[in-house]
Amino acid sequence: MANNSFAFDGGVRVKKNSGWRLFFQTVIARAYPRLIGQQREKSWMFFDIFLPMLGVSAYVFVYRALNAPEDYIGFVVVGGAMTAFWMNVLWSMSSQLYWEKEQGNLALYIMSPNSMMAVLLGMALGGMVATTLRALVIMLLGTFLFHVQYAVVSFWQLLAVFLLAMTALYGMGMMAASFYLLLSREAWHISSLATEPVFLVSGFYFPIKSFSFWVAAAASIIPLTFGLDAMRQLVFPSGASLGFLSVPVEIGGLVVLCIVFLVGARYLLAYMERLAIREGRLTESRR
Amino acid sequence: MTAISPTSPEQLPAAPRQAFWRSFKIAAWLGWQIESNWADPFLFAIYSLIKPLASAAILVVMYSVITQADFESPVFSYIFLGNAFYTYVGAVMTGLSWAIIDDREHYKTLKYMYIAPINVPIYLAGRGVAKFLVASISVLITILFGVAFLRLRINLLEVDWLLFLVALLLGVLMLATMGLLLAGLNLLIAHHYGAWGEAVAGALYLFSGAIFPLEVLPVWLRPVGFAMPVTYWLELLRRALVGSVAQAFPTLSALSNLQLLGILAGLTVVFGLASIFAFRWCEHRARERGMIDMVTNY
Repeated sequence: MANNSFAFDGGVRVKKNSGWRLFFQTVIARAYPRLIGQQREKSWMFFDIFLPMLGVSAYVFVYRALNAPEDYIGFVVVGGAMTAFWMNVLWSMSSQLYWEKEQGNLALYIMSPNSMMAVLLGMALGGMVATTLRALVIMLLGTFLFHVQYAVVSFWQLLAVFLLAMTALYGMGMMAASFYLLLSREAWHISSLATEPVFLVSGFYFPIKSFSFWVAAAASIIPLTFGLDAMRQLVFPSGASLGFLSVPVEIGGLVVLCIVFLVGARYLLAYMERLAIREGRLTESRR
Repeated sequence: MTAISPTSPEQLPAAPRQAFWRSFKIAAWLGWQIESNWADPFLFAIYSLIKPLASAAILVVMYSVITQADFESPVFSYIFLGNAFYTYVGAVMTGLSWAIIDDREHYKTLKYMYIAPINVPIYLAGRGVAKFLVASISVLITILFGVAFLRLRINLLEVDWLLFLVALLLGVLMLATMGLLLAGLNLLIAHHYGAWGEAVAGALYLFSGAIFPLEVLPVWLRPVGFAMPVTYWLELLRRALVGSVAQAFPTLSALSNLQLLGILAGLTVVFGLASIFAFRWCEHRARERGMIDMVTNY
């Protein structure tokens, strides 16, 4: 299959990509506004960092009030930094197609000759890079303000856990985005609903081992559960003793989640797109 | 056919009190429809309960991990009740201010509200009623959950019901005035309107001693907590429900219930007056700048 073709636009011969070239062009094009938008609207950075910091500080002071071991303060800081990714996946990945529908862009996406999978991948990559910056700032600020001490056991394992957790998480976001194609007003409420309960079951502010084995195992469907648990085991002295499963097992679990979510996103998106077209949900706006 | 004269009762505007009540009642009904009619009642009930229960459960797990589930301690009552009643802060304050954004940006009806014979601040207060009702149910369920499963010690015969009701009403009024202040700001801002509400609610959560005593805060931050009416409101509610909590923490133990009520009432009046003036000023600026019918798509 040819990867590019030519078309005439106002008498000028224009080279147009197709196939995998078009796919990557679309990925870059969709990632671009996520990265550039951040530079143009710097005030968003303030709120994206300030709001999670308020929550992190409140939970740190709860642990301080309870005279908790210092590692727990670090658990909150790391968990608080990772909330940025969950919020990004929830509001800027899953809900994105709903926003696009509200603004009338969704139909344009569907009509254009590119892959929706590429659009979602672009959103994911752009969002991931932009959010990593926010999460880093939250972590640095938390570390500085609350004097968190780290003891990294294996840098490469830590990097692998982070990258796998992000891949699986954004894969999950891509899968959820296709589900949101069918939603209207309820999209907002569903995203709102998936905040505190997920912070609870994924152990954002405490070790997931605090739950029984089966509750923790069920919660591991959310990639950040394994991701956070493994990261804590790798960066805090008491992390290993408070870990749910061993780090290699959690890495294996994350690999499985990556495959399931990315493949699932591919098929679910195709199915939901067909369903949304058939049911006339792509352009509706039920306020 | 009898012509209606220009001064006939049918054409006279409603008396101010009637207009106030009508604006409030219709807005409350509208708010309830907007809040609840996106789902069937069962789903809506689950949705309304899961968030506050999950939020409480995070603190319960954090607490039990560190204290080996010592739920008898006054610290637990302090944290649990503070967090439960804090639900009102987000619901009433942001519920009221969010109505501006909802009407202006989403439904694009704010301009019609301004040309209708209604009182806008009263209309906004009415819009907050639905969130207040939902929050009340959430608070009740959360506390019942605490009593049933976490040995939260509330003895109904020992509860100071008068203090509880007075404090609750005063607190809700105070939160509504803070919401009006935010609503005024929302009239003037195009960006980050959601974030401002969250930021204020988040800051109050941190500084008002909702889930930890103010002594835990660094010394230089404590005055912020003492300036917040929410601090005194939560203390009064805790004292009304479980008096023993008051003796366990030195923060406000030097103050009697009456003194706390006086401070809360005073701060409510101050915030109330400031909110009314600020809202009127913001409203005037928004009219001048043509921002009432603005749609930012932000």
